[in-house]
This record gives sequence, structure tokens and C-alpha cells, in this order.
Amino acid sequence: MSTATASAVAAEVVEAPARRRRSRPPASRRQRAFLGTLRWVTIALFLIATLLPFLYMLLLSVRPIESLLRDPSSLLPSLDELTLETYRDVLAPVSEGGQGFLTFLGNSAIVAVSSVILALVIGIPGAYAIARLPFRGRRQVSGLFLATYLFPAIIIAIPLFVIFTRIGLRGSLVGLVIVYLAQTVPVAIYMMRNYFQTVPESVEEAGLMDGLSRLGVMWRITLPLSMPSLMATGLFVFMIAWNEFLFALLFLVDKRPLWTVSLGLSQLSGSIEVPTTVLMAGSVVLTLPIIILFFLTERLLTGGLTAGAEKG
Amino acid sequence: MTATEPGLEQATPPPEPTAAPTSRTRRRRTLTQHDARTGFVLMSPTLIILLTVVVLPLIWAVIISFQELTLIQIGTADPFSGFTLENYQRVLSSGALWSSLATTIGYTIGSVFLVILFGTIAALVVRRPFRGRTLVRAAFLLPYVAPVVAVTFVWRIMLNPEFGIVNEFGQNVLGWEAPIPFLTQAVAEWEVLGLTIPVPTALLTVIVFEGWRYFPFAFLFIMARLEGMSAEPEEAALVDGAGPWQTFRYIVWPQLVPIIGVLAVLRTIWTFNEFDDIFLLTGGAAGTEVASVLVYQLLTVQRNVGAASAMSVVLAVLLIIMLGAYVLIMRRRGEKL
Repeated sequence: MSTATASAVAAEVVEAPARRRRSRPPASRRQRAFLGTLRWVTIALFLIATLLPFLYMLLLSVRPIESLLRDPSSLLPSLDELTLETYRDVLAPVSEGGQGFLTFLGNSAIVAVSSVILALVIGIPGAYAIARLPFRGRRQVSGLFLATYLFPAIIIAIPLFVIFTRIGLRGSLVGLVIVYLAQTVPVAIYMMRNYFQTVPESVEEAGLMDGLSRLGVMWRITLPLSMPSLMATGLFVFMIAWNEFLFALLFLVDKRPLWTVSLGLSQLSGSIEVPTTVLMAGSVVLTLPIIILFFLTERLLTGGLTAGAEKG
Repeated sequence: MTATEPGLEQATPPPEPTAAPTSRTRRRRTLTQHDARTGFVLMSPTLIILLTVVVLPLIWAVIISFQELTLIQIGTADPFSGFTLENYQRVLSSGALWSSLATTIGYTIGSVFLVILFGTIAALVVRRPFRGRTLVRAAFLLPYVAPVVAVTFVWRIMLNPEFGIVNEFGQNVLGWEAPIPFLTQAVAEWEVLGLTIPVPTALLTVIVFEGWRYFPFAFLFIMARLEGMSAEPEEAALVDGAGPWQTFRYIVWPQLVPIIGVLAVLRTIWTFNEFDDIFLLTGGAAGTEVASVLVYQLLTVQRNVGAASAMSVVLAVLLIIMLGAYVLIMRRRGEKL
């Protein structure tokens, strides 16, 4: 190969990208700039779509109903008509002319907190067993969990309704908690199992060597290492129990003192006597605890749910 | 700790007292056996709860579906007598089942599509870091975490034809002639290029609602997948002069397909069984009577427990058939499930 041809080839090699740079980049750059703008527009649209309903909820809840009917198109209430009467109305007990949401809040809290505690007490040993212990039927258990989510909730609602009526659990919060446990324990076990598996087995074996029993290992080694997962699982259970509607409706509809907030809001929103703005205050009361909890713990929760999904 | 198969354990002869290695394996095996017992004990509370609250009621529901009972008789009647196919005959021959099934399938396809579309777009736009990304991400998740009763109530008020903000906006800004009764109108006739096209208003509205409420679920998992991807293939594509679209189409998208498949299956199961959202938005009126709402109505309005159970069994069987077909197709394509 002569030096001349070599330099020609070199020149071509150098020139080729140069030519490409001359022709390609403007189009590509324009495309990229366009995409950059599109990206922000999309983010803005998504933000409006996700936030507007909640904003609307909040804004309607501080307006008197007359103002809404007079001027439905204004989103922002004028300062002089701003009111917190709606919240008084919705929270006060029925005997004082209110809707009794304070009682409903109490019921929801009792149900949700007991569900969390019991789901963890039942789920932690189960998750540990699935993660670490080779018991017979370990594989079948996962199939059982899947089956729980395959069937519509309403199909088991019919027999449960009958059973709970007969043993006197239907009109009680206890019955509701039992149903929520069945709905949440499988997810809880799934979330915690994923985490327990990340605890190195060697650490646990060291514990066994040092004379701890299996339960001792679980209690002294695995659980302290898994606190984030336990928190995330507890929060998830709390949300499911707090938001649940169908079983609350089926079991408690004729017992107003035991209504949860979700049930109370859905029952009252069907009647015309209660003004919309008062019910909006009720929606805020129902939504706010969940949103606060969620913003405090967002990282924990999303990480706990999708653990293992990164691998695809 | 390999000797966990029960067959192996049973097959081993009684240990000889002299050989040291055997006694060591025996000790190890007893630990495994001990673990197995502990495992079962630890699992039993979960199993008891699931058996009594899910499995037994399921079996009973299937039995009831073969009996002719009303809500009042059910507690007192003998659970193992009076079997009949009456309920299935009635359910399968009535038009209500088939029309509600058609609605359910349309509703499921529409909302699963929207959930995955919105979820993918949302995950892609917040992929690269920017200031406030954490807050934006949290905001995107709100529809999914907020209580269903509250969000359906707000949607109902927003879409209200008399004072809802959407119709106000449409009339004042977009120039609609009349308010649209989004949740109470079964079919609207749209005039497009001289053609009259029937549009199922209420059904479309609940599908959009479903897309809004559940896209965060898809968003969450797709985002996790995007974060787990290695950056190198995309950098290589960039160096090779691939445009943004090509990079997405040939590098990012193929890596997303598996998780999207899983999401589609999960969402299909759940949407197929979905009750709360439609019940709270329309009560099943205006052409939105999906199967689960029909079951509820059979149960509470007609108080026909047998028919309600038969209906839900038919639903579950259909779902199992669809899933089975999906698994078969995937197997045949040689994909691992």
C-alpha cells in the first residue's frame, strides 16, 4: 500500500464522519429539540390530569354550595366566601346536625390499623418460611396466592356474607378485618419474601451456628435487617384496608355507627339532602390521611412493590 | 442441604451406628427436616386464613351455583342436596350475560390498552433526571393510591352536566353547544363527514377513568425496568447515529416488552373482575353494566343467590380459559413464563 492511497483512505475516513456530521445532525438535533419540548408538554399534561381532580376536590370543599351553583366555572373561590363550615358539617355527629364523619374516621382507623398489625404478624412468619425454609408444598402455596387474585371478590362475597351472618360477624368491624387479612396477606408475603431473600444466607447460618433457633434467627437477624420492607408492607396494607369499599358495603351498610369513611361517603353521595360541597369536605377527609402517608413514605413504598422488577 | 425431596428421605436405610460420615449427614438431614416442620408451622396461620376466607367460600359458591336458593334459604338449606343445572341454564340463555360479557371485554381491552399506553409514556418522560422529578413522580402515583370512593365522587362532580367543571370548560372555552352527560348517556350520535357514528359515551368515560386511575401501576413497574437497563446499548446507538425514535424502537422497547406482557396479564385479570369503579361511577347504567356489577345486582336486587354464583363461576372459567390460551401461545412461541 503506497503512502498516497493510505493518505487518501485516511482522508476519506476522516471526511466520512465530517460529511455525516454536516448532513445528519441538524435533522437529528431538530428532532431532539422537538422531543425535548414535547417531553415538558407531556409532563405538564400528566400533572394537570393527575392533580386537577384533587385540587378541584379541595377547592370545592371550602366553598358554600350556593356559590358553586351560581358560578360553576370559577375554580378559585373568592376570599370573602371561603368557609370551613363544610368541614364542621361533615365531621360533627348526626345528633348535632352533622354527617358523623368523625366516627367513620375512627372506624376506618381501627380497621386499617388492626389489619396492618395482624397482616404483619401472620405474614412475616409466612414470608420467612417461603424465603428460607424447604417445607413440603412450598410451591403450591404460590399457586394458592395466585388463585386468590384470579377470582372476582364478589364470588366469595356471597358465601362469606352467609357464614358471617350466621356466626354474628357480619355487622362488625372484626368481620371486615378478617376479610382484609385474606386480601392483603398474600401481597404482604410476596413483598417481604423478596426482601428476606436479599439477606445473605451466610449471616443466618452464622446465627444458627451460634446456637440460635430458626425463630431466633428470624427474630434477631432477619427482621432487624428488613425494617424498610416491613414498613413498606405495612403501609401498603394500610392503604388497601383504608380504601376498601365492596366488603364494607356488603357487611356494614345497615349499621351506620360502624360505617367506614369510604362507605359513608358513597352512601351519602347518593342522597340529595347533603350538599355537594359538604361531601367534598368528606372526600378531603377520606383522601388526606392516605396522601400524607404516601408523600412521607413514597420512596419506601414504590421500592418495596417493584423489588425484583428491575431484572425484567 | 440438598436432601429435601421427600422421596429421597424415605428411601434412605436406617443409619449404621459405626460410620461417621453417615451420622454427619443424618444430623444435617434432621436440621433440614426440622426446618421443614418449622416452615410449615410458620406458614399455617396464612394457610388457615386463606382456606377459611377464600378457598372454602369459593368451593361453597360453586356448590350454591348448582342449587336453587334464595338469600333467605341459603343458611338453612342442606348444602349437599337439591343439585340442579337450572341456574346455568337460566344464566346462559339470558341475554344479560352475553351483553354484559361483551361490555366487560370491550371495557377490559380499552382500559388495559390505555393503562399501558399512559404508563409507558409517563415512565419515558420522567426517565432522565430533572429538578423536582421526585415530586412529579409522586404526583403521577396519586390516582392509584387515593381512595376509590373519593376519586369516583370527584369525577362524577367534574363531569356533572349542570355544574361540573369539564362541561363548563367545554361550553365556555371549546364551544360545545350543549353539556355532555358523560356518565348517563349510553350512546351519542356523532356527525363526522356526513356519517352518523354511534359513540358509547358512558362506556368510553369509564374506560378513560380506568386509564387515569391505573396508569400509575404500569408507570411504576416500567420505570423500575427503565432504571434497571444498562446505558451502554443506547450510548452505542447514539454513537452510531441512531435517532431518538430508532433508539426507542430498537433498543428500549424490546427490553420493555416482557414487563409490559406481565402488566397486561395482571391488568386484564383485575379489570375483568373490576367492580368498585363502575359501580361507583355509573351504577352499571347507560351501557356500562359489566359482569361483576350484574352479579351484584342478581345478588342484591333479585336476591337470586344461585344465579349470581353460577354467573360468577362462568366468569372465572372464562378468565381461566383466556389465561390458559395466553400461556399456551407464549409456550409455543418459546418464551419463558
